[in-house]
This record gives sequence, structure tokens and C-alpha cells, in this order.
Amino acid sequence: MDKLIKEKIAFWIFRLLSVFVIGVLLWILGFIFVRGFSVLSWDFITKMPEDGMTKGGIYPAIVGTFILIFGSMLFAFPIGVMAGIYMNEYVKDGRWKRFIKLMTNNLAGIPSIVFGLFGMALFVNKLKFGDSILAGSLTLGLLALPVVIRITEESLKAVDNTFREASYALGGTKLQTITKVVLPISLPNIITGLILSIGRVSGETAPILFTVAAYFLPKLPTSIFDQVMALPYHLYVISTSGTQVEQSRPMAYGTALVLVLIVLILNLIANAFRKYFGNKVKMN
Amino acid sequence: MKPVLKRFIERFVEGLLALSGTVTTLTVLLIIVFLFGEGLSVFNTSPLESHNTLVINSTNPVAQLKPGQLKEVFDGNITNWQTIGGKNDSIILLTINSVSDFLSEEEIGMNFEFLPGKLDSLVSSNSGMLAVFPEKYLVANHQSKIVRVDKNNLPDFLSGKEWFPTAEPAVQLGTLPLIMGTLLVSIFAILFALPIGLATAIYMAEVANPKVRNVMKPVIELLSGIPSVVYGFFGLITIVPLIHDVFNLPVGETALAGSIVLGIMALPTIITVSEDAIRNTPRAMKEASLALGATKWQTISRVVLPYSMSGITAAAILGIGRAIGETMAVLMVTGNAAVMPHSLLQPVRTIPATIAAELGEAPQGGVHYKALFALGCILFIMTMAINIWVQYISNRRKFSK
Repeated sequence: MDKLIKEKIAFWIFRLLSVFVIGVLLWILGFIFVRGFSVLSWDFITKMPEDGMTKGGIYPAIVGTFILIFGSMLFAFPIGVMAGIYMNEYVKDGRWKRFIKLMTNNLAGIPSIVFGLFGMALFVNKLKFGDSILAGSLTLGLLALPVVIRITEESLKAVDNTFREASYALGGTKLQTITKVVLPISLPNIITGLILSIGRVSGETAPILFTVAAYFLPKLPTSIFDQVMALPYHLYVISTSGTQVEQSRPMAYGTALVLVLIVLILNLIANAFRKYFGNKVKMN
Repeated sequence: MKPVLKRFIERFVEGLLALSGTVTTLTVLLIIVFLFGEGLSVFNTSPLESHNTLVINSTNPVAQLKPGQLKEVFDGNITNWQTIGGKNDSIILLTINSVSDFLSEEEIGMNFEFLPGKLDSLVSSNSGMLAVFPEKYLVANHQSKIVRVDKNNLPDFLSGKEWFPTAEPAVQLGTLPLIMGTLLVSIFAILFALPIGLATAIYMAEVANPKVRNVMKPVIELLSGIPSVVYGFFGLITIVPLIHDVFNLPVGETALAGSIVLGIMALPTIITVSEDAIRNTPRAMKEASLALGATKWQTISRVVLPYSMSGITAAAILGIGRAIGETMAVLMVTGNAAVMPHSLLQPVRTIPATIAAELGEAPQGGVHYKALFALGCILFIMTMAINIWVQYISNRRKFSK
């Protein structure tokens, strides 16, 4: 059977290439984990960098990254969720909805470096925020906005219409239906998505290059107009520029591991959350 | 609660929600305004460093020079006025650095107080002289003639082959090497990633049993969550030395390294989007094929793949779009040489990497700063076109069903 042999060959090629893809991922993760693990210590995550960033820790970069995550989400969560509710619950199908959708998709497709340029032109220079947490958070927030909107929209879409109809039948208004029925049901999904979007924001480098990131700043910020160090930018700096690239290698491995760990932990939290609440609320 | 108040709150919240709904549109418009506002202004500025002026003998018929011509003169490649539209006379170049070749210290004066007058008379007495010096040394009633330098223009910006945004005396803003570098790295990235990604997508959708798929799916999601700077770091430490050794090159930071790293980064997008497309194939079509005695592979290659082709195309284009805009990973592994790329085994520089590397050093409002925003505009247009194309393809697919 010639065609069965052909099938066997084809499927084996697919299998091998799939293994290859998984292998590449394991290679990257293994590489970061094996080399970074020996660097990771309590001191590494709680001390200031020393000796031209070849010794000490990355405490200010970790704090900076968390501040930026918090700042950007403070902006992107409420607006994104509200926009998502508007898109799914209020706007009627038609030209206006298609237009907003197109714009949201377009915003999602704009490269992050363009967000960096825009953030610099608008927040840093035009509005005179300077290189600051405020400018960086707003830039990152805009970047995260389309993701948050899409997550909210999809979570709301998954809520069966019978829930809404039941609420209307009981005399509930549109707003009551949304706040008391639709949102509580879709909340676990929304939150799962939001946690994943935090992971995206925490690793972004290009948007913060010119809006907030400091090359070396061994102190914590005191106001939203201060600069901060951030993990991704720190990794970029110590692995490419500077005079002591070789000596700061271990620091770079450690920083990369911390970054990957943040993403991994957020993924795990999101999955656990989905599992836990997915069992409590049955959708559809 | 009073019904009036209740209705008011309903209306208020609805308004608030509608307002939030327009934020993305507003942001896109703001990005266009700011990006193009700064970027297009580069075409209104002179490539000459703002404080400099160009002066020639008043009998010289040349009135205007291109920035490229000026650079050639400075590099010594053009030595006769005839080449650039003047008389047959050799060019004598005088710059503020070479002024001591023409004038002694006494002639210039302790505080350069005699310099303006001397410069003017020097140029007036030398028919072939081209003097470039700061504007403040130009006397008010000068006998010499000022040559204008062409403003930066769009055709030159897009087709120029030299990117020297800080060159003296005139900046060279040719973006062709950057555009070509971006396209080269991105397209080869997809050439690597598409076959592998497609094979994985077919495997996950049609071949693997659900258990394997359920393990692979989150793993691939994780692959897309790793920050690009980590990919760049990984590429820098592993792939760059590998290329250096395998091809025996002076440097491992090449277009190939960029393509491989970008290819790995594009895998999750390609796998997810094409897997969705493959899974959307109606069951009835597959079953019809199987019922006719076709093997599973024949069904996949002759029914499923043709059916999901538009989705797979969308995946490939989307992957290219992502690759074009990717900044950090490329910046770290491609070597960043702004030259026309001739092969994969040489350093190249992409548009995003150029912006990221140079914006920090470009003074705000200067030619260089504006030129980088103009690069941002090119990038914006490229990715926007790709986005709209993808949406067009996927919309058409929806309607044809």
C-alpha cells in the first residue's frame, strides 16, 4: 500500500517537527534555568547592583518592573474592561462596531517600538512628564489596552444569552443585568486573561526605552515622576552594552531567569484560577 | 432608588462605556498625528547641521547641492566642479577644521575676530573654493555666494543607500538598507518558521491524540509569553557563537541569527493561527474524503489544507508583521550595520533596531530625531498594511462559508 507508506512518512515528519518545536522551547527554558539558577539567591533579588552591575542584585529593577506593571494596569484594566463591555453588550452590529473593532485590531498590531516613539513624543515631550513612571506606565497601558479589550469581549461573549434574558424577564435593567449577572459569571475568565496580559507587559522593553527606563539607578523611586530600572531593560543593558559584558554575564543569566519566572508564575496562577473558578461556575 | 435617578445612572454608565470604547480609535489617531507630525517634518528641514553654512565664489554657477554630492566632496570622491554642474575647476575644500591650512594664527586673530572677513576674502579670491563653516563667521555684506543644500525629500529618503544620520556636514538619510534589512530578516524568519509551524499545527489538529495536544497547547502558549529580550539574550549567547563557528565568520551577529531568533519567536503565532484554521474545516468534508477511501494524509493534503489555505496565509502574513516590528531580539543579534544586505551571513540593521539604538542619542527636534520618527512612520505603514490585509483575508473567509 503505497499511500499508507506515504502517510506514515508524512506523519513522522510532522511528529519530528513538533518534537523539534517543543525541544527548542525546552532548550531555551533549560538554558535560562540551568545557568540562572546558580545566580539566584536572596541577596540577588534584594540587593542593589554593585561594581558596574557585575555584582550585587537586581532589587531596583524588580521593584521598577512591578511598579510599571501596577501603573499600566491601573490605566488599562478599567478602560479596557469598560470598552470590552461596551463592545459586547451595547454596540449594535454595524459600521460603527466594525470600525472600532478594526481600530482595536490595528492598535494591537502596532509594533512596540512605535509605542515607544509615541510615548516619547506625547507623554515625555509634549505633556512634559519627562522620563518618568507616569509616562512609561501610560505607554505600556496603551500597549496592553487592545489585549484587555479582546479578553473582556471574549469572556462576555461566552456568557449564554439565557442568563441575560432571565434577568430581563425579572425586570432587571440593562446595567443591572450586566453588573449582577453577566460580569459575575464572566469574571473568572476576565481575570485569567488579565493575569496573562500582565505577563506580556512585564517583558516589554521597547516602549520603556525612552519613556522611563534608567540605565543604572541604585535607589527606589519616590514619586511618579522618577525614572526606574526595569528587568527587561536591565537584561538588555548588561548583556549588550557596557564595558564589562563578560563579567556581568552571571547577572544577565539571573535577570533572564527572574523575568522568565515572573511569566511562568503568572501563567500558573492564571491556569489555577481558571481551573478553580471554572469548576464553580458552569458556563453555557 | 427613584426611577429618574436610576435611569440617569444607566445613561451615565452607558456614556462612560461608550467613551472607553473610543479610546483605541483615539489612540490610533493620536499615534498617527504625533508619529507623522514629527516624521514628516524631516522633509522640511535641511540636512545641513543647522549652524553650518556653505559658501562659494560668486562667479561659480553652482547654486544648489544634494546632500549626497556634498558628502562625496567631503570624502574626496568628487574633486571637480564639473561633476556637480559647475565649471571645469577643481574643488578646494575649506572647513573649520582645515582653516589652519589656509590662514595663519595671526590672520585669524586670538579670538577668531578676523576670521569672518578673512574667510570671505579667501572665498572671493579663489574661484574653486567651497567653504563650510558655522554661520556666525559669515560677514553681513559678504561678497561670496551661499550655496543651498537640497532639503531632505521622500524619494531620496526611501531610495538612498547611505544612513549616516549624524554625518558632518550634511546628514545622509537613505533608508533603503534599513528597509531591505528588515524585510530580509523577517522574510527568512518566516521561511524557517512556516514549514515547521505548519507541520506542528497539522500534527496538533489532525494527527496527535487529544492528550498530547493538551500538553502541547499550553507549552506553545508559554513560548509566546517569553519576553523578546530573553529571546535576544538566548540568541546572543547560543545562536550567534554557533553561526560564528559553523560558517567561520568574523562575527556571528548576522541576518541569519536574527532570522533564526525571529523564526522561533514567530512559531507560536503561526502554530496557533494555522491550527485554528485547520480545525475549522467542516467535519463533513473530511468524512466525505475518508469515505471515498482516501487515507488520512490524502484527506489532509487534498481537502483540509486547501480549505484552510486562507487561514494559513493569514498566519504567515501575521507572522511577518510581528517579525517586522520586533525590536529587542533583533537589536541584540543582528550586528546592526546599516549597509545594504547582500547575504544572510553579514550584519544587518532593521528599522526598529535603528530607532531603539539611536533615539537615545538624537537631540530632540533635530534632523536625526525627526528622521527616526520618519522611520517609525515607515514601520507603522508597513505593519498597518499587513494588519489590514490579514483582516481582509480572514473576513473574506468568514463570508465565503
